[in-house]
Amino acid sequence: MKDRLTIVVVEKDRERALLIMESLRAAGDHDIQVIGSESGLSRAISARNPDIVLVDMSSPSRDMLEELTLASAPMDRPVAIFVDKDDEGLAGAAIEAGVSAYVVDGLRPARLRPIMEAAIARFHMFTQMRKELAATKQALEERKIIDRAKGLLMKARGLDEEKAYALLRRTAMDQGKRVAEVAEALVTAAGLLG
Amino acid sequence: MSTVTLSAGYIPLVDAAPLLVARDLGFAEEEGLALKLTAAPSWSTLRDHVALGRIEAAHMLSPVPVAAALGLGGLGVRLDALSVLSLNGNVIGVSNALAQDLRAAGYGFDFEDAHAAGRALVGLGRRLRLGVPFPFSMHAELTYFWLAALGMQVPQDLDIRSVPPSLMAQAIADDEIDAFCVGEPWGSHAVETGLGELLLPGSAIWSAAPEKILAVRHDWAEREPQLTDRLVRALWRAGRWLSRPENLPTASDLLARSDALGISAEIIDRALTGHLSTSPMGAPSRVPGFVEFHAGAAGFPWRSKAAWIGERLAARTGLDRTAAMEAARQTFRTDIYRRALAPLGVDLPGANEKVEGAILTPTPVASARGTLTLTRDAFFDGSIFDPQPGK
Repeated sequence: MKDRLTIVVVEKDRERALLIMESLRAAGDHDIQVIGSESGLSRAISARNPDIVLVDMSSPSRDMLEELTLASAPMDRPVAIFVDKDDEGLAGAAIEAGVSAYVVDGLRPARLRPIMEAAIARFHMFTQMRKELAATKQALEERKIIDRAKGLLMKARGLDEEKAYALLRRTAMDQGKRVAEVAEALVTAAGLLG
Repeated sequence: MSTVTLSAGYIPLVDAAPLLVARDLGFAEEEGLALKLTAAPSWSTLRDHVALGRIEAAHMLSPVPVAAALGLGGLGVRLDALSVLSLNGNVIGVSNALAQDLRAAGYGFDFEDAHAAGRALVGLGRRLRLGVPFPFSMHAELTYFWLAALGMQVPQDLDIRSVPPSLMAQAIADDEIDAFCVGEPWGSHAVETGLGELLLPGSAIWSAAPEKILAVRHDWAEREPQLTDRLVRALWRAGRWLSRPENLPTASDLLARSDALGISAEIIDRALTGHLSTSPMGAPSRVPGFVEFHAGAAGFPWRSKAAWIGERLAARTGLDRTAAMEAARQTFRTDIYRRALAPLGVDLPGANEKVEGAILTPTPVASARGTLTLTRDAFFDGSIFDPQPGK
């Protein structure tokens, strides 16, 4: 088997792709290529004839890669999904980090391991960041709705901001709901009533 | 009975309804289960999550456990189909350009006759690029079966590509594919966005195709027989509820919610009631049995249907057909299904296998209580499939 492995990273986000490439380079001297478009994905991959394909598990386009495991055309090399039965820790870590890998059959685990470890570390970081971003976004959305609900109460009942918020919070407690849920109901109802 | 939390995954599709209904309308609770449902981004990820034990159960394409048993795709972990969650429910559609060519060639778009539609496609005499959601899917099997039976040269003239349902419309817009076979609501979505027209419901090719199954790890089912049975019963009750027309508006609303499918109830209603708009301007076509969750022992995991899938997959990938059929039948757990439903007194078929494609009209069959009628189960070309040839 040749010394340099060809690794294809499927990633739409350019910045993220560059960071993944950077960490993979640290794992050895390999030929790393990025595919950023989902269009015609499995053919684009076949054309590059890679040893390893790395793809974000949360991407729906992962299903396009399953075709590669069928390897029906004579030029295709069979590609197995990454699983090392002797190394459940690595497989578990990959799933945890949200990276899935398709690996050409016969690639020795010792060669795969440093690459997977580098990929896992990088993907893990992104999964964390994505979760934090989603949480922040939701908090912001909720903040906005609560502000609108407060505004509605202030106007309709002549309350000041503090009292409006206290009313929302008390109602939420009485109904066993979150303040944001009560606020949303109020905003919806106000919208309906015009 | 103490409440046990089970994690299950699904792909946001109309036929994920049994799981969502079981969770939201108390059928899981009735069996002492708290269903924790998560939408998965892809079939491969959903399959791997079950295989690695991150979730216990999944809404799964019926060929996936069979493919896993044949060593095709996946992690080499044995998966079992505990029940069939739904029959049929897919549509075949074509791009506007292809629709135009078919019309010009005299095809009338009746959304019913698989012979006429297939012959019109074959008659164009060109290579067809067709998108399906996954290589191991009823979508792929039905399409291969249908067009090959009508004389299309496979694979020379038929290029079947995997395209995630959410990207199907984009693949048409990008001229990556000419046609698609996809589960609802994505066919109606393509119609609504003006990107394509519907040609056929999947049921026009096989009127009782096992579409989605309830998948678990084989060793989990063996280790947790009680939980397994409770899960099968909860989903059987959800399927029965979905089979009552008066419940469908509620079901549509439930599926439309943003934490389920997040698309309009009106679109979902089309599939559930079998009234599909095949083009933006056209009147809805009525398709009886467009998707079936319950009637005619729909949930019964006939081993003969698994064998059909096994034989088709083997033929396509060059595996031994007899061995593949045998491996396939082991994945459809009629034994568990019978055991789980026994306390409910549900009338089930006497046999575990039957000749597929041989029921042309609703037919009473041998069953424990003699009250079971099977609904139409026929292939468009009148062919029959004998799961035990020579016996």
